[in-house]
Amino acid sequence: MLSIFITSFIVGGLICVIGQLMMDVGKLTPAHTLCTLVVAGSILDGFGLYEPLIDFAGTGATIPITSFGNALTHGALAEAEKHGIIGVLTGMFEVTSSGISAAIIFGFVASLVFKSKGTI
Amino acid sequence: MDEKKYQQLEQQITPKPKYLKNCIAAFLVGGFICFIGQFVALFYISYFDFTERTASNPTVATMIFISMLLTGFGYYKKIAQVGGAGSAVPITGFGNAMISAAIEHRSEGYVLGVGGNMFKLAGSVILYGVFSAFVVALIKTVLVGLGVVSW
Repeated sequence: MLSIFITSFIVGGLICVIGQLMMDVGKLTPAHTLCTLVVAGSILDGFGLYEPLIDFAGTGATIPITSFGNALTHGALAEAEKHGIIGVLTGMFEVTSSGISAAIIFGFVASLVFKSKGTI
Repeated sequence: MDEKKYQQLEQQITPKPKYLKNCIAAFLVGGFICFIGQFVALFYISYFDFTERTASNPTVATMIFISMLLTGFGYYKKIAQVGGAGSAVPITGFGNAMISAAIEHRSEGYVLGVGGNMFKLAGSVILYGVFSAFVVALIKTVLVGLGVVSW
């Protein structure tokens, strides 16, 4: 049980280091970096490599943005397995809905509650 | 001063990014956010009916909620100054991008300001995530249909 906290810290940290290197060495903007990582996560799940990483590292693999691409692909593939090619469209947001709906809901709540200080 | 000299001078003056220092900061901040997330996941596994894999959904939502509080009170910007990619790559950075855009454009009204600008930064992530997932899933479905690979 304790070991997953350590692997989570290390794997999550390493994914962030990859992002930092892309920004520093590759001179990418943060937006380009995040998009590349999302696409990488989605491709990794296509090869079935992301689920073993989640088993190994827990939130170290699910909290970085790569898991967003993984979850989208995973939902699409799970539904495609059941319903064939149409499932690619219908299953897309099945797994990842919580992240996007949470961001939309809390974003709106924040805009009601907080005022811009010009420093956010 | 001709163009070449100017470029030389520009290269000399531009501070080189401190690769090692930035990477260590990103590692520590990013790792710490995932470490906190593991506590949240453990909470959902112990007290609710979630398994190791399904716990990621409520964990992500909770982390975005924490990100909302940090963004609203102005602390996330300070974390980002220290952590660089360590604060941008975790899902809290995605939440921060949407939430800060929502707060910032509130003065332009709730429909055109908040509604229209919320996805300005996060939209590209969603677009490329959805499109790459579509392509990957389509290729895999076709390959399975042809009998090349299995699920």
